[in-house]
Amino acid sequence: MVQVNLWAGLRRFADGKDTVEIKAQNVGEILNALENKYPELKEIIEAGVSVSVDGKIIASGLTEPVYEDSEVFLLQQLKGG
Amino acid sequence: MALDDQRKSGFKFVGTRPNRPDGMDKVTGRAKFGADMYAPGMLHGAILRSPHAHAKINKLDVSRAEKLKGVKAIVTRADFSKKINFTSGKDLETWNVLENIMAGEKVLYDGHAVAAVAATSALVARDAIKLIEVQYEILPHVTDVDAAMAKGAPIVREGVADKSVPEGLNSNVARYHESGHGDVEVGFKEADLIVEDSFKTEATHQGYIEPHACLATLGNDGKGELWCTTQGHFYFQKICAALLDLETSQLRVTASEIGGGFGGKTTVFVEPVALALSRKSNRPVKLVMSRSEVFRATGPTSSTSMDIKIGMKKDGTITAGQGTFRLQGGAFPGAPGDLTAMCAFAPYSLKNVHQIGYDVLTNRPKQAAYRAPGSPMAAFAVESVIDELCKKLNLDPIEVRLKNASRKGTKASFGPKFDEIGLVETLEAAKEHPHYSAPLKVGQGRGISCGFWFNFGGETAVSLALSEDGTAQISVGTPDIGGSRSSMALMAAEELGIPYDHIRCTIADTATLGYNEISHGSRVTYASGLATIKAAKDAINKLSKRAADKWGIPKEAVKWEDGCAVPSGPNAGNFQPLSLKDLTKNMGKTGGPIVGHFEATPEGAGVSFATHIVDAEVDPDTGKTKILRYTVIQDAGKAIHPSYVEGQYQGGAAQGIGWALNEEYIYGSDGRLQNAGFLDYRIPLASDLPMIDTVIVEVPNPGHPYGVRGVGETSICPPLAAIANAVSAAAGIRLRELPMSPPRIVAALNGK
Amino acid sequence: MSNIHVNTIVNGDEVGFLCDPRETLLDCLRDKLSLTGAKEGCGTGDCGSCSVKLDGRLVCSCLVLGAEAEGKKIETIEGMSRDEKLHPLQEKFIEHAALQCGICTPGILVATKALLEKNPNPSETEVRYWLAGNLCRCTGYDKIIRAVLDTAADLREAK
Repeated sequence: MVQVNLWAGLRRFADGKDTVEIKAQNVGEILNALENKYPELKEIIEAGVSVSVDGKIIASGLTEPVYEDSEVFLLQQLKGG
Repeated sequence: MALDDQRKSGFKFVGTRPNRPDGMDKVTGRAKFGADMYAPGMLHGAILRSPHAHAKINKLDVSRAEKLKGVKAIVTRADFSKKINFTSGKDLETWNVLENIMAGEKVLYDGHAVAAVAATSALVARDAIKLIEVQYEILPHVTDVDAAMAKGAPIVREGVADKSVPEGLNSNVARYHESGHGDVEVGFKEADLIVEDSFKTEATHQGYIEPHACLATLGNDGKGELWCTTQGHFYFQKICAALLDLETSQLRVTASEIGGGFGGKTTVFVEPVALALSRKSNRPVKLVMSRSEVFRATGPTSSTSMDIKIGMKKDGTITAGQGTFRLQGGAFPGAPGDLTAMCAFAPYSLKNVHQIGYDVLTNRPKQAAYRAPGSPMAAFAVESVIDELCKKLNLDPIEVRLKNASRKGTKASFGPKFDEIGLVETLEAAKEHPHYSAPLKVGQGRGISCGFWFNFGGETAVSLALSEDGTAQISVGTPDIGGSRSSMALMAAEELGIPYDHIRCTIADTATLGYNEISHGSRVTYASGLATIKAAKDAINKLSKRAADKWGIPKEAVKWEDGCAVPSGPNAGNFQPLSLKDLTKNMGKTGGPIVGHFEATPEGAGVSFATHIVDAEVDPDTGKTKILRYTVIQDAGKAIHPSYVEGQYQGGAAQGIGWALNEEYIYGSDGRLQNAGFLDYRIPLASDLPMIDTVIVEVPNPGHPYGVRGVGETSICPPLAAIANAVSAAAGIRLRELPMSPPRIVAALNGK
Repeated sequence: MSNIHVNTIVNGDEVGFLCDPRETLLDCLRDKLSLTGAKEGCGTGDCGSCSVKLDGRLVCSCLVLGAEAEGKKIETIEGMSRDEKLHPLQEKFIEHAALQCGICTPGILVATKALLEKNPNPSETEVRYWLAGNLCRCTGYDKIIRAVLDTAADLREAK
């Protein structure tokens, strides 16, 4: 299981938790699993999120692998100028 | 995790300062920008824009305009796709773009496009739009972010807020962000001093000197060509196809040279309109924005209203940081309240931090990115408060920042732990820099500030074709907004081992390469650079195979050295090196043309930090600020072409100076933009600025083969605060509202 | 309104064009003579990217009517280099990386050429104030000023 950290504003859609346990092997599976486990997160994830895996910020890719001990954070979608 | 083959030293080409390849074209006036293209039979487009900040369109009658001699087509919202619905998720942005480029039932800001005309000359088109009759029913409007959030505020649009917005806020609040860790209340209790303050910044414009311009050709067969000035022609292809019901691949977009972007040309404004006019008139249509249209109807930054509270111990340790950031992004969701909140405390290692960001609707144009969207404003507020704390506790501002600085392994204010970062290195370089210890006269003040930006990767596709004469052609899909063609050629030269001058880098059109993400997020040298290196390695792989075949040895026994294939060791065989040219000269016969390529979405762009030092002097009678000295110290990871890295540092600093001292959007009580021109929207002149000194710090980014970090955006993050701190020191009063224009400074001094 | 036939000399060549009385010299240079080096950045004389010389005087071509060019001598960026050789200012701009996007570069080159013809030994301040009518958004002007001062020094030495 991978520990996935949610930003504070998402707690109320995840039963008040800011860290949830997800079974996944890559970023795409994490997002799918989150949407299935907490349907209220679906709209926000579909609008676009970035993910940080062990400090590496994944702007949009779904294939980045994650491991049991990976530190994973959901982040608001990064946009630049 | 660092790439296995990261290079940190021994560069032959990378790090040098050769002439850029497009230099000749640009100094002779030959380079073709958006408005420099002409086509036989071309028509000229003009757009009718709303003079009201908020109104219902009750009637739109184009009949008189249609009759004017020379008018060949008129389009309104009805001429765009009807398949785009107001939904949520990723498609919502498409709807918002459509609504922005051509009004539907309502006009939402002064300058909102209502209809467009194509005619045989620009003057006829201009005359024609005056003949279009619109009946408006004026509605109450709101342009200030706090006023828009207040109870009873005029509502800009219903139903825009998403699930993130908590109960109890009015419908103008579109998005809500909250993040942080620890317990700030506990942290504040531990502090010896708490400073709590509020700050405001007004909207600014990227101020690129080249207005948006395009030449569009679209037939009824669904096939089209678009020439335009853009930071992302692949994105433009995608969005124009969606807005006009075209198959994406049937629209070919070519990026012109771009006369400045800074984030403002990352989205469409007139391009879909030109395409619609072309389809309707069956002729090419050229559409060029006027300067006042650029100000009124493209994408300025958000304006902000921010509250910051920071607690510090006597020894300089920050015990807690809290920030609330309210941003308005015009009549559409997208103001970077989230990014502002996430960047605000990023330079600091905090046990207790909490940030809230709001994205609020107002009757203003749809905001667009401007360098690091949201980060400069956050830095202005947070770094001003840290400056106050240092002053009150009599602590050195650099020492305090070093004490609390984020380092590798620090838990960032936005959540994850930082990987290799260079903040401390920039602070130490600032401390050692002669600027920091130079004496100041009475009436002069010094300010420093840190700044942070994420940078990113994004879809990238690069192709590297070898010519028979041993030279190379790189095709990239990222418009060159800062000198990147030169950097691509340097990186390819480094890999291939052939001279820089033997490599030509071209920005290919959308038909030539796979999808390329927009040139933004400081991603080009990082992502297109990484792809160029990989494409070169791919080409080398293929060249090595040709050499191996020629020598009759396995490919694994060949290595590439100084531009030649050589046997990898004495056991491989005794063969003379084969240069790249030797191998390409008859490549058609030895297996075919040799092309290296690479497609991926590289993730691993390193974040970057900067520290700026500014000296300023304030004239107490006029309130005018003179910037006496400016030093930019920023981590570039690895500077591929140092002159263009310095250029980014200086350019970002100059824009920050303008933003801090003079630039602002001024709206009248009627909701109309009052200063839509360069006379009254005052950007820095040569006579306003001193030389801008730069120090390039290099802490390699583990995610790039040479350690590159993006540099284009971070340079605009520290200036607002550094200048506010310098001005506050020089004038003897804290200024909390940007710009710190002469009238504001005089008022503040008089109120003292 | 009927068109006006204008005869003028541009970069030493005699040329003619037809223009609407409302069209600016900038419009005519670009759309009728295909000299697109001068750019329209603002149309109101604030940015200087349309700078040309009109009978030896530095002007914003967006503030001159096409019809006013009748019988006059115009010098644009296209006339700055002789045959294959670039003007020293053009070379120094490339060498110093004094341009990024390049949109303001033609205007700035025309303006600084005019400066050095008038004052071969300008101070940094004099260069900055001379260029106060030419906006650049990319560079912060630093490398531009250095390129101009360097060129001025070279030209003085060459004499």
